Amino acid sequence: MALDAIQKALLAEIAGLHGVPEGAYNIRSDGKLEGRSTTANIDIVTKSDKPGIDIYIKPGTRNESVHIPVIIEQSGLKDLVYNDFHIGEGADVTIIAGCGINNCGSQDSQHDGIHSFYVGKNARLKYVEKHYADGDGSGERIMNPTTIIELDEGAYMEMDTTQIKGIDSTKRDTRAKVGAGATLIVREKLMTHGRQVSDSEFTIDLDGDDSSANVISRGVARDASRQVLLLRINGNARCYGHSECDNIVMDESFVQAIPEITANSVEASLVHEAAIGKIAGEQITKLMTLGLTEAEAEEQIVAGFLK
Amino acid sequence: MLELRNISYTAGDDGGPKEILNGINLTVSERFVAVTGPNGGGKSTLAKIIAGIIRPSTGSIILDGEDITGLGVTERARKGVSFAFQQPVRFKGITVYDLLRLASGRKLTVGEACDYLSRVGMCARDYVNREVNASLSGGELKRIEIATILARGTKLSIFDEPEAGIDLWSFSNLIAVFEKMYEQINGSILIISHQERILEIADKIVVIAGGRIKEQGPRDEILPGLIGGGACGRLAAV
Repeated sequence: MALDAIQKALLAEIAGLHGVPEGAYNIRSDGKLEGRSTTANIDIVTKSDKPGIDIYIKPGTRNESVHIPVIIEQSGLKDLVYNDFHIGEGADVTIIAGCGINNCGSQDSQHDGIHSFYVGKNARLKYVEKHYADGDGSGERIMNPTTIIELDEGAYMEMDTTQIKGIDSTKRDTRAKVGAGATLIVREKLMTHGRQVSDSEFTIDLDGDDSSANVISRGVARDASRQVLLLRINGNARCYGHSECDNIVMDESFVQAIPEITANSVEASLVHEAAIGKIAGEQITKLMTLGLTEAEAEEQIVAGFLK
Repeated sequence: MLELRNISYTAGDDGGPKEILNGINLTVSERFVAVTGPNGGGKSTLAKIIAGIIRPSTGSIILDGEDITGLGVTERARKGVSFAFQQPVRFKGITVYDLLRLASGRKLTVGEACDYLSRVGMCARDYVNREVNASLSGGELKRIEIATILARGTKLSIFDEPEAGIDLWSFSNLIAVFEKMYEQINGSILIISHQERILEIADKIVVIAGGRIKEQGPRDEILPGLIGGGACGRLAAV
């Protein structure tokens, strides 16, 4: 499988890949399968009823990874894909997804990815998702990721999701059901600039006793961009839920953080923390006393905040 | 050499203009100059005026013969002025290593960063990758702040009450840090302090009270009067 320069650049941005990955992978380019590899423990099957794939990870699979990047270069393409991940009992794997759009044309390019994770008993999953776009065309770069998570008893999932650059419009929807003794950890990092708009909504149901969730969202809104974040945690059993959103507003931007925690059980313990503010003036002054200009100081503070 | 010529500063607030500093004339050519005096006397304001954070109402600031009064914070920093804050600033996500690298203004190896931390009495390995955030204690932040000044290694280093917020045990280490800095520095240290043990290392002591220089001179001339309950009256033996 040969990749061209733009494909390679997009892959490096979204998956840290500098060529074809090792292990299991499925690369989708402009709505079509570009390459696939499976292993003894990981199978990838194209869906027959709708666009997308099923990824089956055998119980007990350890220390393996799956890369499923999507790249779009065709202006005007609207790509919709369903990816279902079935993670067997006791497995311990890493899944790296990501979508890169390079739109140099005048028509909108859009990727709607619906990812469902079924994580079996006592399995551990690290899921890394990165969204990125570039291209100097007037067409918009749109991404609407939906993530559906079901954690079985004792399962553990960490989700790192990052959108740093170039996406004009995004509507992110994350829904999770957390079973007994299972743990979900979500770290979201978001930066918007220009006139970009981001809507992110989380709904986490802590259904089983001793289930827990921790959602940490950090965002930076620059220029005239807009970010709306809704963090909803429902405590339906003896559980612990914590959510935290921390946002920096700059220039003419708008940020709204809406916490929602609901105890449907008296045994639920839920905490929400939220903070929105501009960069503290003393932080900028401090870095200026080290010889940085005001703009360089801002850049370092934002980069650190989103690291 | 730093020269302050007739520096005055008047702050405006709801109660009308308030005179903070009045006609300060001061030359810093010695290796170690300590500024002391009662709280509210204008010492921190003077330090911020030298660093460019506050603009004086009148007067001029001359660094090595060049008038830097019109320069901003960044330009003064690049000309060799360093300033350690009385209350160090916290940053989410920026690590101790990042801060030392930014301070040094060059590619800094982890080994070099650790060396600066060791010099302020910190076990470098435990700290180099820590974030400069609320998880660090006041004393730790102060020492990191001093390490950033060491990493800069400029010709003028200003410290605003380095002892403030430090516990006694850390304090004796801090004195050792300044004693060593005195031996190694290639420029001048200007330190605001109430601590006798810091004043004891100074070549020159300047007493500021009520926005004016009350007295200044070699340590041996000024210090006995301060300890005897004179002009400063706030000094207590450590």
